[in-house]
Parts: sequence; structure tokens; C-alpha cells
Amino acid sequence: MGEKVLMKGAEAIAEAAIRAGCMAFFGYPITPQNETPEYFSRRMPELGRVFLQAESEVAAINMVYGAACTGTRVITTSSSPGISLMQEGFSYIANSNVGCVVVNAMRGGPGLGDIAPAQADYFQATKGGGHGDYHSIVLAPHTIQETVDLMYDAFDLADKYRIMVVMLVDGLMGQMMEPVEFKEWVDVKKLKTPEWATVGQGDRDHRNIITSLEILPDGLEKMNLALQAKYKKIKENEVRLEEYKMDDAEYALTAFGTVARIAKTVVEMARADGIKLGLIRPITVWPFPEKEINKRADQVKFFFDVEMNEGQMLEDVKLAVNGKKPVHYYGRLGGVVPTAEEIYGEFKKLVGGK
Amino acid sequence: MKLIYKKPDTITKRDTTYCPGCPHGIAHRLIAELLEEMDLVKKTVIVWPVGCSVFGYYFIATDAVEAAHGRACAMATGIKRTHPESFVISYQGDGDLASIGIAEAVHAAARGERITVVYINNGNYGMTGGQMAPTTLIGQITTTTPYGRKPELNGFPMHVPEMLAALDGPAYIARAALDSPQHIIQAKKFLRKAFNAQKNNLGFSLVEMISACPTNWKMTPVEAMERIRKEVLPVFPIGEFKVAKGVE
Repeated sequence: MGEKVLMKGAEAIAEAAIRAGCMAFFGYPITPQNETPEYFSRRMPELGRVFLQAESEVAAINMVYGAACTGTRVITTSSSPGISLMQEGFSYIANSNVGCVVVNAMRGGPGLGDIAPAQADYFQATKGGGHGDYHSIVLAPHTIQETVDLMYDAFDLADKYRIMVVMLVDGLMGQMMEPVEFKEWVDVKKLKTPEWATVGQGDRDHRNIITSLEILPDGLEKMNLALQAKYKKIKENEVRLEEYKMDDAEYALTAFGTVARIAKTVVEMARADGIKLGLIRPITVWPFPEKEINKRADQVKFFFDVEMNEGQMLEDVKLAVNGKKPVHYYGRLGGVVPTAEEIYGEFKKLVGGK
Repeated sequence: MKLIYKKPDTITKRDTTYCPGCPHGIAHRLIAELLEEMDLVKKTVIVWPVGCSVFGYYFIATDAVEAAHGRACAMATGIKRTHPESFVISYQGDGDLASIGIAEAVHAAARGERITVVYINNGNYGMTGGQMAPTTLIGQITTTTPYGRKPELNGFPMHVPEMLAALDGPAYIARAALDSPQHIIQAKKFLRKAFNAQKNNLGFSLVEMISACPTNWKMTPVEAMERIRKEVLPVFPIGEFKVAKGVE
């Protein structure tokens, strides 16, 4: 680990990706994450790597798709409306079994919405978004340091499973500054072109074809089953979560990303009042920590899910709890960030009502 | 017996999915011949489109990817930028390139991407059953212009090479036709220059190939080729629209 540097989240994301061995960036400007591509545009040429500003998000994701087919570590970064435009590409990438990293600095929607931080793309990120039965691995860090650390894992997971990995952050994380420490640089000389890459047949005894097309239903079902087998493996091996002060908790907050960070303060406020509140924070929102939450349902009196959306992760929490205990919800919409006091006030209403 | 004509090794033995009389096979053959003559087969990645040539990778034996509809130039960009030593061809029809993918084509050209686009124009959407394309001629009957294409309703045919030739990024832009032996020989000459543009790192290159769609035009193959000469080439004239130094 190096020394701590004070960095804006949006720039730290780019620097982390570069150190994690990202060799190419393709993207299109959109607020609130323009500092990320701008940072890439300065750094990538210095390192002899690729930076390309595409003509649209539609083009950008298909450039990412092409680069991913060469087995290159590749990234795009965008925000909600731009991510919507990329959904078709995500679906193709999924059924082509190629890897890439996509950062979504979520902003308020629907439509043009606003440029304030939000979490309303949870469904889109975790349930597919594009057409067909597919998933991407979705990481939801709650600090800039965690985002930076997870960026290395994001590229490793993308390579390991040949899958798209989404870094689901929000405008707030992009815009705030924090001291961060970066892990060691990935030695990009060790990143070899994989055997399956479509770069020209060369000395191979066979040619490589990457396609999401299989015209015969039986064949396409086989492709789907192979995808599902991959997802099952990911569900078994890659679930990550943080359980904060859950050992003796009688109540559990559930939250991800920025809200989870605020929720930690809420836990402290409750603890100061002698209330045993803990926090379950999924780090992978897909695969979702279903078993872990279900287990905690035997322990706590209720769950209190807080999000900056109308209750999207709430559905996954409810599925995980499976009726064992009540699951309450509080959220703010359209880019409004709830305060710790506000959340604690809502929580106390629930406790007091018992 | 002396062998004077044979299938290029780079064309597979698989039966094609093309209709009788369809010139896709001619375009495939020209690509395969040139890749062999220019010793590019093992370096080549072809980006195949959505359209009749969606299964093109079954017929030309190179590394290949299958793009989303209209996105072949973007995908080709991603491959070429991250792997510049690959020889990258984007094979697209007129619906794929001139309609849904026009932005990607124009911007790849404007950036001077070192890719080669083979752009097949048969004046309609072949695979989906013969709907109007951006290249459909005025008055031409298609399944979505049952009364003929009318300018006041459907606008005018798009001339992609002429449009792209106005940009500074392309090194070679031409239009050829696949209707006759003479024109096919010329098409190969044009395509060789387009391949040279990429091989010599000069810029973007594109060859439009005026093609036929006997099935959807409801003509015999011979009638379809005659229609190209009588009706299509007067609107889409053969020629070179941009020729940078060094493509010869």
C-alpha cells in the first residue's frame, strides 16, 4: 500500500482502474461523473493505453464489447440515463461471455431527472436491465476507499468469470473528496491475450468466434443453461457483505452504498441510546446475500431497509427474510439524500410502536 | 487437368444461408481472395452484422464477432484500438449501416478508424422480408412502401460514400457493383485499395457494393442484375470518392 492521497471520488475511480490494469476506456460525457473520463483522458495516453470519447453511450458500450472480445481489461463510466442507453450492449456482453467493468454514478430519475445522487437504478443493475435472462456482478461500495479497493476485484472478477461487473455508486461518491490509499499496481505485462480472444487466428489451430446468436431454440437453451450455471457458481462463491454491529443486534438496518454509510451513523446514534441496532450492508447486490440475511432473521425483531429509491433492494431483503420477520422501509426519491437524524427518527417510530 | 478456378480456402464448405442469386456470396469471395492474396487471413477479425449476413462467420473462415444491429463500426473500433495489429473488417448491410448504425459509421469515419467497412446495398431489408431501407429508390415498392417510396413521406435514398467522403478521416471511399463480371473485377480492385488503406495505417476505408435481392425484389437473379444496371446505378453511380496517397 502507498501513502494516503486526498482525491475526489470520480478521479479516484479512474486512478484505481488504471492501477488495476485497465487498458482501455470508452465513454461519453454525462454529469455527475465527467471527472472520471477527464482523468482517464489525461492518464491513459501517458501510459500508452486507450482513451476514446465515443459519439454516444450506445457506441461506447459496443466499443467496450469489441475491446472485451480481445480479452482486454476495459471500462466505461456513465450515469443513469447513459446507462439506460447501454442496456442492449450489456445483454450482448452477457451472452457473449466477455468481461468488462461499468461504473454507474447513479443520479435522480426517471427520464432526464436531475444530477443529484440516487439509487434508483438498483433494479436495472441487479435484475438485468437489457433483454434476456442474464446478470452482471454488481458491487455497491459505500466509501471512496472501498470503491478503490473493489476496482481491483472488479477486473479480477470480470476476467475470472468473463462477465460484466458493475460498480454501482452514486453522484455523491463521485463528487466528494476523501483520503484514499491505492493498492499495488497490477503488472499489465502479465495480462496475456486469452486463448478465446478474437484477435485474428494467428498460430491457433482453430478460429475464435464470439456471438450471442444461436438460432435454434435447443441450442439457445443450452447457452442459457451454461449462463445460469455460471451465475450459480458466482452466487455460491462471490457474495460479499458487511455486518456492522450485528453480533448482539435486536434490529437490523439494511442499506447499500451512500445510504449504508449514513446508516452507520444511525447505528451509533441508536447504540448511544442503548438500542441494539446493527447494519447489514450488501457489498455485492448481485449476487445478493440472501442466506446471510435470512439467518439474521432468526435473531432480530425486524429489519429496516433504507434507500434512495422507492424500495428496490427492499424486495430482495423481503425475499431473503421470507416472511420470518417484518421488513420496514424508508426512502427518499429524486436525488434527496436522507440525513442520519431523519432515518433515526423513522426508526424510533418503529421501535416505539412495538 | 489444369486447375484454373477454385474456391478460396478461406471460404468454408458449409452451405450458405443466402437465397439463390444473392450476391453476398460474391462479396464474401472477394474478401476471402484478397485476404489470401494479401496474407491477412490469420490477422483478420470480421465484425458481422444483423441482417442476411448475420451468419457470415460460418462462410468466411477468420476470427469473428457478431455485433448488435448497427453497432459493427463501434465494435470494430473497440477491437482495433485495443489490438491494432489485427486486421478488422466490418461487414454491414444498408439497413444496418445507413439506418440504425449511421452514427457509428459516420463517427468511425470521422475518427479515421483503421478499419475497413464492406457495405452491401441491396435497397431493402432482406432478412426481415423486404422493408424499405434508407437506400430504397424513389417509387420502389417494398413491404412498407406498398405504394412505392414517396419523397414527401419517406424522404430520399441515402448516398453513404458521398456523405463520408466529405469527412477528413477516411483514406479510401468507393462504390462498386456486383451485377456483372466487369463490375466484380472492379469491385475487387476497389476493395484491395480499401484493405491497403488499413494495412498501410492510412485511415478509415469503405467500399459500398451495390447488390441485388432477387427474393424480395420478386425477380429472377438475371432480372435483378439487369435492374441494378437500369435503375440502381443511375442513382448510385460506381466510383471512387476518396483516394488517399498510398492505397494503390
